[in-house]
Amino acid sequence: MAAEAGTGALERYEAVIGIEIHCQLRTASKMFCGCSTEIDGAAPNSHCCPVCLGLPGVLPTINKSAVECVIATGFAIEAAIAPTTRWDRKNYFYPDLPKGYQISQYQLPLASNGRLTFETSEGPFTVRINRAHLEEDTGRLIHAELDASPGGRPARRVSLIDFNRSGMPLMEIVTEPDIRTAEQARRYAEELRLLMRTIGASDAEMENGQMRVEANVSIRPRGREEFGTRIEVKNMNSMRSVERAIDFEIQRQAVAIDAGRTIRMETRGWDEARQETYLMRPKEAENEYRYFPEPDLPPLVAPPEWLAEIKARLPELPAARRNRYGTDLGLSAYDAAVIVNDAAATALFEGALAADTGAPAKLIANWVTGEYMRLVKGKAGAGKVNAGELAALAKLVADGAISGTNAKEVFAEHLDTGEPVARIIEKHGYRQISDAGALGAAVEQVLAANPAAVADYRAGRDAAVGFLVGQVMKATRGQANATMVQAALRERLDRAE
Amino acid sequence: MGERDEEDRPFETTQGRDGGAGGGALTDLTRLHVHEMARLLRTGEVSSRALAEAHLAAAGRQNHALNAWLVIDRKSALAQADAADRRLAESRRPGGSGVAALHPLCGVPVGLKDLVSVKGGQATAGSKILKGYVAPFDSTVTARLRQAGAVILGKTNMDEFAMGSSTEHSAYGPTANPWDLTRVPGGSSGGSAAAVAAFHVPVSIGTDTGGSIRQPASLCGIVGLKPTYGRVSRYGIVAFASSLDQIGPLARDARDAAILLHAVSGRDDRDATSAPVPVPDELLDLPASDDEAASYLKGRRLALPREYFVDGMEPGVAARVREAVAAMEAAGAIIEEVSLPHTDYGLATYYIIAPAEASSNLARYDGVVYGFADRSSGDYIADYLCTRGTGFGPEVKRRIMLGTYALSAGYYDAYYLKAQKVRTLIKADFDAVWAAGFDAICAPTSPTVAFPMGARVEDPVAMYLSDACTLPVNMAGLPGISIPAGLSDGLPVGLQLVGAPWRELGMLRLARAYEAITARATWRDLEPAELHLTDDPTTPSPLERQARRTQGAPATGSGDQP
Repeated sequence: MAAEAGTGALERYEAVIGIEIHCQLRTASKMFCGCSTEIDGAAPNSHCCPVCLGLPGVLPTINKSAVECVIATGFAIEAAIAPTTRWDRKNYFYPDLPKGYQISQYQLPLASNGRLTFETSEGPFTVRINRAHLEEDTGRLIHAELDASPGGRPARRVSLIDFNRSGMPLMEIVTEPDIRTAEQARRYAEELRLLMRTIGASDAEMENGQMRVEANVSIRPRGREEFGTRIEVKNMNSMRSVERAIDFEIQRQAVAIDAGRTIRMETRGWDEARQETYLMRPKEAENEYRYFPEPDLPPLVAPPEWLAEIKARLPELPAARRNRYGTDLGLSAYDAAVIVNDAAATALFEGALAADTGAPAKLIANWVTGEYMRLVKGKAGAGKVNAGELAALAKLVADGAISGTNAKEVFAEHLDTGEPVARIIEKHGYRQISDAGALGAAVEQVLAANPAAVADYRAGRDAAVGFLVGQVMKATRGQANATMVQAALRERLDRAE
Repeated sequence: MGERDEEDRPFETTQGRDGGAGGGALTDLTRLHVHEMARLLRTGEVSSRALAEAHLAAAGRQNHALNAWLVIDRKSALAQADAADRRLAESRRPGGSGVAALHPLCGVPVGLKDLVSVKGGQATAGSKILKGYVAPFDSTVTARLRQAGAVILGKTNMDEFAMGSSTEHSAYGPTANPWDLTRVPGGSSGGSAAAVAAFHVPVSIGTDTGGSIRQPASLCGIVGLKPTYGRVSRYGIVAFASSLDQIGPLARDARDAAILLHAVSGRDDRDATSAPVPVPDELLDLPASDDEAASYLKGRRLALPREYFVDGMEPGVAARVREAVAAMEAAGAIIEEVSLPHTDYGLATYYIIAPAEASSNLARYDGVVYGFADRSSGDYIADYLCTRGTGFGPEVKRRIMLGTYALSAGYYDAYYLKAQKVRTLIKADFDAVWAAGFDAICAPTSPTVAFPMGARVEDPVAMYLSDACTLPVNMAGLPGISIPAGLSDGLPVGLQLVGAPWRELGMLRLARAYEAITARATWRDLEPAELHLTDDPTTPSPLERQARRTQGAPATGSGDQP
């Protein structure tokens, strides 16, 4: 693809993007049967039963906690929750769909008309969400090459089916075509992922398919009302690839239109290795799914008390939390976002605040976004950090009882070993000397030992103070309160003049 | 439990049916009713094994001529019978739980339509496409029968996926009617009906989507009850049309039907459409005495819907039904004519809704995981088409096409949605009757008596009309029962009673009352006219008759044995 030709595409064309996200819900059992959802890494076809295999005569039963996940999501995206909803069959044939239909919600989704607001590089942006509904996942086809057998059977390509995923609870969340840039699309997906994790609806790991993002992308000349022909883009398995695939697709379509070609409805996949989209299948017409109400399941009625209970259980949502950090705690928008985006960081920050040591929130936030995030970056766990200990350390720093440099070392050791910070400080003798009498003796010693520097200072070379401070710190093995040392030095030197 | 009444009397079988036990010597156990078997099993006068042996012998001997059974599992049946005998012995022991704690079905042989899942056994649903499939689980009905201690003898023949009214649409050959071996037993539960009529089992399980229990019961001269939708769990029953399918008993009298219904009914967490409505224990206590039973009719208000006495109904059928109604009136019932104005639309709406649901329910038969598969092409789409093209019979394919069409975009509103609206009108017709205070509706079950094999198999609409009187009851989800009401030209006629939702007990009491007031009718003494021919090994099988009828052509591929 000639990138040059597409350069500036966004000046001439406007992209119109809608996002469909499928999230595997965090429930103990599958959507319509009692099978465990712990299928990650399980042997193929080890987590299935007559119901999720679609054997003759089986019937679905509703997993209430999956319904609650979707209702909770509905509240979180400010959607309308349907007091009565129902299930529909989506009929199509594919070998990984054992019943020949998927139980889904077509006419009456659990949640509709929601919205989600998030930060972008160009400021806050709100996407309208058309619907969030519940459905069941399919099995998985695995295309494999079987080796030639010693008996002479030639090597052959086979398709194997793993039904472990069949019947896993899935929530589908569909936006309106409100998104205009690849960045917005990525930020929307990131914010939704954060929301899912915050309310506990889904672990939403893209890498293992718990969260699947599909984008419908079209472009139109700027200023035109009507939409262009949309292309569905799939197979994006990271947030970064969401942004790149959409960017690529916008450029590709611009080049095609500029060259006078017609865009046809099709489904394209993102090739991570080649960093481009490729044709998966054309979409000649809308698929014929013969939707009709699922006769095996009665309509689902959500009584107001149940809805109220689900709403009351919702934790503080990311937007509200960011707002509180900024308004009530005085954190910068950046720090607030960094903390809220990271569940472990949020827990650490909230825990440290709760310890109520008197350390300022902003100082704690600096430690969380600074040292903590630096040290745990790229590591599997969050270390052995204890929020109360972090709060205690921050308080010592605030009180000038430990130097910033020493505090960082203490924190690193604490993160590593889990040892209480007081004991680490004790062990290393890091407690800062803020006692004027003790400091005075050290100052006198250093002045006596460095007459040249004293002379320099008196000759007007103010930088000599820095040297003398360094000497005092050295003499006290870093324990002296540097600010107090400097003040004491100046006072002593100026007085003796 | 009805025992009190019976203990007053010396043991005897029902009137005139020979083979009973004069003076305690039981000559033919197959003529016993369930309520009689239960008493003898409890006292120890008869063992479950003896019952099983007697019934297995009859079924084994006569199945060649009837083809009522697709599989008879002697070994499993005897093991179940022995287990039942141990339970009975255990409960009889001093300090045991007492026989009264046992279900009256304990030790009683039953047959299951071959769409009921039994763990480790076949469930072909009469189709080639499920050939070789072994169910890895019990249906809820099966589990409840096991819990009651019933002895499952085997699986009975049926129209493929329960689509048909003659059992001629079975992939495993038609079933003959023991009243006339050249005629159909009705369907789709034709095997279950013929097996009960032929004394192979006292009771059997069938399913009814548009009349598939009641119509074959009518044509075979037995009792067949379709319960209220939601009364019996559908879990593990191969689905035809989910919103219409119900499971129910076929029996030789109302009391036996009530006992079997009691065993299998009730809310099941595995079927979200099963209702949490209590199952009355009075089902086990229908009156034994005719006088007491008949008294139930006094003051009952019975509705006679004029739309059910239609053109095309055989005069003999209309006459028997009117006589039955007159007899009930004479016994104290109040008869009034009513109108169910949307009756005419029943057939048309049924043939939208049932095929639509079936087209989706049958999509799972793709040859991928179980059952028949044609993998000759190597391409999965082509294999899928071959599997279904070969695996399904013509009637099933016809309905899949009808249903697929009705659900297609652009037709959905005009067909499926409209049919659902008409369905609510049909239901409203019935609701108006209940609101007016009627206890039941009386109607014919089938417009005709058993018809000759081959007469309607090439004419789908003629076949569909067999169910004109029964399918509105499914559309409305109501309980309906067919009971024998005499003969027309030597063939049984069924009277249909329809009740308000959950009123099975009332329907069965009415049925029992009708039995009581006709207890002395001569036709009650008759056994199926050609049953004796089935003992003769030279009597042709239904398949052979079919082949002969098509002018000596060899039996078609539709005659595979499962």
